[in-house]
Amino acid sequence: MSRLEVKIPGQAQAIVEQLYRNMERRIAASPPGLCPVDMALNFLNLCRAQTCGKCVPCRIGLAQLSSMLTQVLDGEPEIGILSRIESTAQAITETADCAIGIDAANLVLMGLKGFRDDYEEHILHHRCLGSLKNPVPCVALCPAGVDIPGYIALVNAGRCDDAVQLIRKDNPFPTACAYICEHPCEARCRRNMVDNALNIRGLKRYAVDHATGAPHAKKAPETGKSVAIIGGGPGGLSAAYYLALMGHKVTVYEKKKQLGGMMRYGIPSYRLPRQRLDNDINAILSLGIEVHTQVNVGSDITFDQLKKQYDCLYLSIGAHTDKKTGIPGEDSRGVISAVELLRRIGDDDMPDFTGQNVVVIGGGNVAMDVTRSAIRLGAANVTCVYRRRQADMTAQQEEIEGAIAEGAEVLTLQAPVRIEADETGQAVALWTQPQIIGAMDSNGRPRPATAAVEPRRISADSIIVAIGQGIESLGFEQCGVKIQRGGTLLADSSTRLPDMEGVFAGGDCVTGPATVIRAIAAGKAAAANIDEYLGFQHEIRTEVQVPAPRFADQRPCGRVNATERGASERKGDFQCIECGMTDEEAAQESSRCLRCDHFGYGNFKGGRVERW
Amino acid sequence: MVNFKINDRDLTAAEGVTILEAAEQAGIPIPHLCFLKEINNIAACRMCVVEVVGKERLVPACNTEVTEGMVIYTNSDRVRRARRTNLRLILSQHNSNCAVCIRSGNCELQRLSRDLNIHYQPYELQLERSTVDLEAPVVREASKCIKCMRCVQICDKVQGMHIWDVAGTGSRTTVDVSYNRFLKNTDCTFCGQCVTHCPTGALTVRDDTNRVLQAVGDPDIVTVVQVAPAVRVAWAEAFDLPVEQATTGRMVAALKRIGFDYVFDTNFTADLTIMEEGSEFLERFTHKGKYRWPMFTSCCPGWVRFLKTQFPAYTQNLSTAKSPQQMFGAVAKSYFAEKIGVDPHKIYVVSIMPCSAKKTECELPTMNDACGDPDVNAVLTTREMCRMFCSDCIIPADLEEAEFDSPLGTGTGAAVIFGATGGVMDAALRSAYYLVTGTNPDADAFQKVRGDRPWKEAVFSIPGAGDVRVAVVSGLGNTRRLMEAIDGGEVVYDFVEVMACPGGCAGGGGQPIHEGVEMASHRGNQLWEMDANATVRFSHENPDVYELYRAYLKNPLGEKSHHLLHTDHTAWSVRK
Repeated sequence: MSRLEVKIPGQAQAIVEQLYRNMERRIAASPPGLCPVDMALNFLNLCRAQTCGKCVPCRIGLAQLSSMLTQVLDGEPEIGILSRIESTAQAITETADCAIGIDAANLVLMGLKGFRDDYEEHILHHRCLGSLKNPVPCVALCPAGVDIPGYIALVNAGRCDDAVQLIRKDNPFPTACAYICEHPCEARCRRNMVDNALNIRGLKRYAVDHATGAPHAKKAPETGKSVAIIGGGPGGLSAAYYLALMGHKVTVYEKKKQLGGMMRYGIPSYRLPRQRLDNDINAILSLGIEVHTQVNVGSDITFDQLKKQYDCLYLSIGAHTDKKTGIPGEDSRGVISAVELLRRIGDDDMPDFTGQNVVVIGGGNVAMDVTRSAIRLGAANVTCVYRRRQADMTAQQEEIEGAIAEGAEVLTLQAPVRIEADETGQAVALWTQPQIIGAMDSNGRPRPATAAVEPRRISADSIIVAIGQGIESLGFEQCGVKIQRGGTLLADSSTRLPDMEGVFAGGDCVTGPATVIRAIAAGKAAAANIDEYLGFQHEIRTEVQVPAPRFADQRPCGRVNATERGASERKGDFQCIECGMTDEEAAQESSRCLRCDHFGYGNFKGGRVERW
Repeated sequence: MVNFKINDRDLTAAEGVTILEAAEQAGIPIPHLCFLKEINNIAACRMCVVEVVGKERLVPACNTEVTEGMVIYTNSDRVRRARRTNLRLILSQHNSNCAVCIRSGNCELQRLSRDLNIHYQPYELQLERSTVDLEAPVVREASKCIKCMRCVQICDKVQGMHIWDVAGTGSRTTVDVSYNRFLKNTDCTFCGQCVTHCPTGALTVRDDTNRVLQAVGDPDIVTVVQVAPAVRVAWAEAFDLPVEQATTGRMVAALKRIGFDYVFDTNFTADLTIMEEGSEFLERFTHKGKYRWPMFTSCCPGWVRFLKTQFPAYTQNLSTAKSPQQMFGAVAKSYFAEKIGVDPHKIYVVSIMPCSAKKTECELPTMNDACGDPDVNAVLTTREMCRMFCSDCIIPADLEEAEFDSPLGTGTGAAVIFGATGGVMDAALRSAYYLVTGTNPDADAFQKVRGDRPWKEAVFSIPGAGDVRVAVVSGLGNTRRLMEAIDGGEVVYDFVEVMACPGGCAGGGGQPIHEGVEMASHRGNQLWEMDANATVRFSHENPDVYELYRAYLKNPLGEKSHHLLHTDHTAWSVRK
């Protein structure tokens, strides 16, 4: 034996390390709907394997918990077993010597609280409340339920027009989503089990960029019913599109100069080129939808007038007001809200930041949008100030990285405390209180706390506040629409308003600021339920036939990621940052799709929703 | 056309054909278990895997299309090993108590296990918990279920009732009643199509033979058995009898061997049903304003259950005439009891039916009109009858032909076709025509309602009554489409025949089971042939039915008929 040795992992350990990575990806690819008790048991068994074996609660207790959970699933225990599981787990958390046992028992306690009904169903009736409602992970996780394996197969077959047509069955904004969708579809892609998730949005972008004109589905005969849509954003226009296809007469009322909502007045054109957005909007309007822009419902026309004039109303007003920080000096000149800035940019009224020091307050996607816009508007320095760590920012990591690459500075753990102005009232600096990251809140996000460090002065010519948006709901509240805490409109999952006949609502104004695809999904649901409310059962479908899948071996292959224009080039203009896939890349990437619509559960149940 | 090789033979097939089909066309069978043509090609059992040169993994033949240049081996070493491993895995979760299983000898799993020469099992037996509920006529034994999902598919795709579904997730995934319900709380029609398409003994129809044999063995009880039309063209399949021996007479002889005191024919009451239902139709048709339209036939209990739960507003449209089975029971315990001078409480009526739903029909609280006891005491399926023959060591081939007993044993050609889709309508129209015009139509005048098409429609002109718009449908999925069309005003009919099972009773849930083969059409054709060869082809010409009216009932729709032969479909509820 040498006195000291260099650590060299053995072959077994190296393989185990690889298995860990495989399991991480595999867990990521878990479809929604699995039996929660079964999952809890299997996680617990993993924990059992991790115990060092020294202490009683962890070594024996976890084994006994595992045995009791197995009985719940496979045996015929009395209902009292639940209190025994609970008291055992409680004792383990209170007496285990280290995190291995404490955290494992906590996992069981969380489940007992979170899905006790499922535990009870197993014990009393020997069955599970879980079920695979939609076995195709990407489709299950797409709020609008777009037929993703279908359009990927069409891209693979070189049929981009058909791909766009298929997407439109569930989402009338194929182009906008191809550029900016947050792609929740990719999160649990089964391809994760082989290598990495498919680049679904990238393939959609390829489809829309290569489509030459996809025809719309056939419009149903006119029904004579009329619907007014209040708010011409993604949700309102989606509802408008499907209602028009169903043969209803649709009129859109939009407060701003142009249609598009946050896709125009929130998302900068370097992410979604205006012309591409207009492609989608024009395609929707081509169905014969009446549009009134710059009409403010409340002052130009009243809510009650609209209610009388139309058979049905859909409220999709979005979340377009700014939130204030409430710190002293916020009303100084040179302090503007992100909402205001992006609205001006949306109408091509570009502010000039040439040579300025710009400070952005916030850590979300909107903060990144204004940071990167300020760079493009000539700012000399842009500093993004956030009170937690970069990892805690709600903005997508690639947005943060993109901003940094373009020269932005991200200053974390700084809580804004006041804005300093000169004697003319012009803001000159933001004062911040440095923070220390602290304990987790109930959602598992760490809370910042005041650090024992002096406040800091960040000099600024302009300060942009991007800490969230609110909903202009006051006018509607006065007309009897119920408002929830947080200022959102109250509507159920069918988008109906309670106690208000013939009025529906959805999108950001109901959920609070969310994503384009969720607004589209709400518009789609609203269209179906409004159609039903008006006494019809129109079906939305497409004639496009999806190519039959071919049996293929699944050899691991890298994912084609999107490439971007170089930072130094792109930061000088508002042209699109992201480059599309080449033909070669699209062919390879689309062939990675495992066709879960066919292989696995898909060819049995739920593989394809052909109409809605 | 595509060119490919299987086991070194050069072959061609049309584009889009699966490897399984292409191989079968070339006379190369590939073992399969979960596959059911056009219904279930989910490649779950992995018995049909084959080796395709150039593919690392084995390929399921049932849902992979042959492509140009494919080189396939169906029995390579890899295939053999994998197939046997998977079969052993299936067997490790199957309660292989074959000796005491209803499907022994007619079980796909048993057959495959024998064919693949499986005679030891390395895996631990892991059986799913099974609780068997004998209250409903359809019985599921979870420990025998191999999760092929055929029952789910049949109920979804063919019958459209969605009673079965996948339950649970992960390795505990199984089949159960959908939405975590219990069978008795569902709208299940008990059509039994899930049973006849189950490859194992996981789904069976409740066996009631013991009850029946007990009655047969009791010297104080007079046992009376009736045999439904569709049974006679199917029973012999279980004995592999040549056509010339597969006769009704041999079946009657076998039933007499069992020891039934009287062997009668449901054809007799099928003719009686026509007299009542035909008269009822004419009464309704000539007083159109008093009734709701169309009028529906009521002889299929699966259909009656379907209508009562799926389209309850149409329950009044059902003919009030009882089914032939129930008319038989009522007549046996009244007219016949009087005739032979026996206390009807001592008469035990057994039906042999191609049907599982008939077992619930005889249990309905409204079916006890003759003497207060159930009019029909027990219902056996065709399969149960065959099992009784076997257990009494009856060799049908050796039997002398026998005749049905009198007086409830005569039936016409119009009665025997009740067992095929369109038969009830055809028979009813023949007699309705006579009842209006006083002359017989051509017995083949109503051919448009015959044949295998799932939804048939026609208009027939009856001089003196007018044009009668009729429709005939079989299979509950088709029935739902027809009902929706009626409800939506897309179609207008006067008289509609519905049978729950595809092809009618010939394809009933109580009939002999043949893996992968639908027999309804073949059996139906035999029934039509029996009609064509019958000397009497009109229900109103059945001499014993005539005598029944003369001596006892007096008139169709008369007071006695009303009491014994008609029923109130609204007086009971499907869900217990």
